[in-house]
Amino acid sequence: MARNVSTQSRIGFTIGAWLVALLIFAPILWTALTAFKTEAEAIASPPTFLPRTFTLDNFEAVQDRSDYIKHAINSIIVSVGSTLIGLAIAIPAAWSMAFAPSKRTKDILMWMLSTKMMPAVGVLIPIYLIFRDLRLLDTVHGLTVIMTLINLPIIVWMLYTYFKEIPVDILEAARMDGAELWNEIVYVLVPMAVPGIASTLLLNVILAWNEAFWTITLTSGRAGTLTAFISSFSSPQGLFLAKLSAASLLAIAPILLLGWFSQRQLVRGLTFGAVK
Amino acid sequence: MGSISLQNVNKSFGEVQVIPDISLEINDGEFVVFVGPSGCGKSTLLRLIAGLEDTTNGRILLDGQDMTDAPPARRGLAMVFQSYALYPHMSVRDNIAFPLKMAKASKEVIDQKVEYAARTLNLSDYLDRRPRALSGGQRQRVAIGRAIVREPKAFLFDEPLSNLDAALRVNMRLEITELHQQLQTTMIYVTHDQVEAMTMADRIVVLNAGNVEQFGTPLELYRTPANRFVAGFIGSPKMNFVDGAEAAKHNAHAIGVRPEHFALSKTSGTWKGTVSVAEQLGSDTFLHIHLDGIGLVTARTGGEETYEHGETVYLTPDPQRIYRFGADGNALAA
Amino acid sequence: MATRQTRALARTMMAPAVIVLLIWMAVPLAMTLWFSFQNYSLINPMMTGFAGWANYTYVIGDPSFTQALVNTLLLVGGVLVITIVGGTFIALLLDQPVWGQGILRILVISPFFVMPPVAALIWKNGFMHPGYGMLGHLARWLGLPPVDWFAQYPLFSIIIIVAWQWLPFATLILLTALQSLSEEQREAAEMDGANAANRFRYIILPHLARAITIVILIQTIFLLGIFAEIRVTTGGGPGYASTNIAYLVFRTGILSNDIGAGSAGGVVAVIIANIVAIFLMRAVGRNLDA
Repeated sequence: MARNVSTQSRIGFTIGAWLVALLIFAPILWTALTAFKTEAEAIASPPTFLPRTFTLDNFEAVQDRSDYIKHAINSIIVSVGSTLIGLAIAIPAAWSMAFAPSKRTKDILMWMLSTKMMPAVGVLIPIYLIFRDLRLLDTVHGLTVIMTLINLPIIVWMLYTYFKEIPVDILEAARMDGAELWNEIVYVLVPMAVPGIASTLLLNVILAWNEAFWTITLTSGRAGTLTAFISSFSSPQGLFLAKLSAASLLAIAPILLLGWFSQRQLVRGLTFGAVK
Repeated sequence: MGSISLQNVNKSFGEVQVIPDISLEINDGEFVVFVGPSGCGKSTLLRLIAGLEDTTNGRILLDGQDMTDAPPARRGLAMVFQSYALYPHMSVRDNIAFPLKMAKASKEVIDQKVEYAARTLNLSDYLDRRPRALSGGQRQRVAIGRAIVREPKAFLFDEPLSNLDAALRVNMRLEITELHQQLQTTMIYVTHDQVEAMTMADRIVVLNAGNVEQFGTPLELYRTPANRFVAGFIGSPKMNFVDGAEAAKHNAHAIGVRPEHFALSKTSGTWKGTVSVAEQLGSDTFLHIHLDGIGLVTARTGGEETYEHGETVYLTPDPQRIYRFGADGNALAA
Repeated sequence: MATRQTRALARTMMAPAVIVLLIWMAVPLAMTLWFSFQNYSLINPMMTGFAGWANYTYVIGDPSFTQALVNTLLLVGGVLVITIVGGTFIALLLDQPVWGQGILRILVISPFFVMPPVAALIWKNGFMHPGYGMLGHLARWLGLPPVDWFAQYPLFSIIIIVAWQWLPFATLILLTALQSLSEEQREAAEMDGANAANRFRYIILPHLARAITIVILIQTIFLLGIFAEIRVTTGGGPGYASTNIAYLVFRTGILSNDIGAGSAGGVVAVIIANIVAIFLMRAVGRNLDA
């Protein structure tokens, strides 16, 4: 694929690309740097680039003020839990759609996609009231259920596109070899689809981690995830830019790392398999 | 035991009728080949027997037992797929062991049977490899190994050799035939290649557009084809068909002469023509000849004599071996 | 290509997913619809009973609704334009043989992984704050008065933040699409004497059409529901200057505890989303089937 490009233009493109990329990355980089500055240095004008006095105090303050650890654990439970439950529901469904399609399969897939288009605010009030009456408000399991439901269509779609690539012959061979459905799925389909299932899992953990409508509207102190945690920093209190930066860094770092590893699967997942 | 009986089986996919109505009796231990052009329904028929598709109407009996609605896992049949359908994430050993594992065989039994199958199929050295590290022929053998360990009532082969190169195909053909002689288990083998059908089968089912054109031993099909389709399909090169005035002389709508049933002469004969192409195989020569007033025919002759393009030759069909067909395509009694 | 048994099994296996989603769709939606015709306020429990169209006339008749509708369209449209134009440009740049492509990809994709409230807060405080934000520093350095972004251009500020979050997504998809353009096709165009502009116009852009449609479809789904960015920055204000439909429903239903009016707003939001979806599906369907 090496196109023949002169070294000059290659240098030109490289500089241009790096400038643009750094510009896009700047808010994250800036936040990361500010997180290690003192509050005074954080708002100094003119600003400093690297922290003059490198400090971890902000992280400590954030933990003391808002209990980062508790929120992070909630985030992990909700995002991983909802994804695992989603996979358990979606794997059989995707098996059906990929290997025993009927005339309605395409319609059902499109309908599932369309549930993603329903604006959350359209159902916010009933969900809020149901949650209130069932005492699910501000609970981790309540939030996990909601997160499972929102991401289920994406999980089904992603698995469907991965399963489609597995030759049906091999599943039929398993049937001929005496495998009942359960064994066909456990011993043949799932092991063959491991890469696809893994990227589905990863992407959905990321999406659930970053979901910020239901996590904010349905939780407060107890079951709050990191999105709720960070929202508590929305009203400034005195000198707080460095602490806000530390909290932001803490909230995004885990998923940023995960995202870097899974960025190639991301395209396929988020486009429902339409772009690979 | 493995007799298979199809009773008035038909199959439609939605509006499309793939198999109008088929009844067949396959005896225990028989090697039966389903042959026909692509789209003739032979694979569908095999999948119906396997239970991978269900019949629209009709019954399928295995050993006299109605299996029409039994799922594939319960039919006790083994199948070798065109794509081999090996489990890519399992070693050769696990691939072969899979049916036994599904049947909940003990570990000792599994080990013993896998070893035995591997020895029989020359796979002992490859047991710990993954399928992708094997050649086409080896993969084929793994697929067969996976089929034989479960000691099925019958083996189903779905064009198993079509992904192999020509030389390997001949070898595997022999191996499968030998396997059949050794196991004496019923085998149903689907192919579009009439050479495979002729060389391997005890009996051949010739299928066309979902209908059985003829069911018989290879030589029956060759010697007494029931109709023009079978006559043209079985035998290589294909039978030559002549209609019109020449056929009328024999009181038929059309007559057929196999390329090997011509007497060739450079001086005199029934039909005069000119050589168009001479394909020399060494042992034989296939001559494509333009016959005056008849058209292009193929004749087979020994490899000794040489013929040139444009040369005049005379063909005389063996009068004992002229096949006569009526307007409906069916063979007319001699 | 399966037996009746397999198909029956398939229906059973699909049932949980379908049923769960059906309930998720139908029950709350029906409740929203029901509430929207009721007098139902958490503040005034005495007010009950059938309200007729009162909630709708109240919500739609209020000037805040029109403003929220316009804001929603501006937000979706603005972000789409910025991300698609910017994304195409960046994708073209990254598709060149540049050094460090792997790292560049990671840098460019990163904003996508930043959760919306964080994105909004770091922009609000680290960049757009007139006192100590980066843009304020920049303005002072250029000798200009610093801009109080959220006071002066609240909606535009939110568009910038959201566009920053979605730019990576558009870039990544367009880049993936670009990379699937065969080298031969490009070279053929070059041999045919097409210059860079023509190659972009006649070869690259048509090739990207499908990817662009997908970007529009998926981003629209998410952009119609923008919420957290507004919640943590302007709170919809000043006035209703940065309130979109989603946030209006939240304000009416949850913050003002007017369940009836909030529900009516929710129904309207669903209808708007459906209208958009129908248009999109039609446009996208044409492109996706090809």
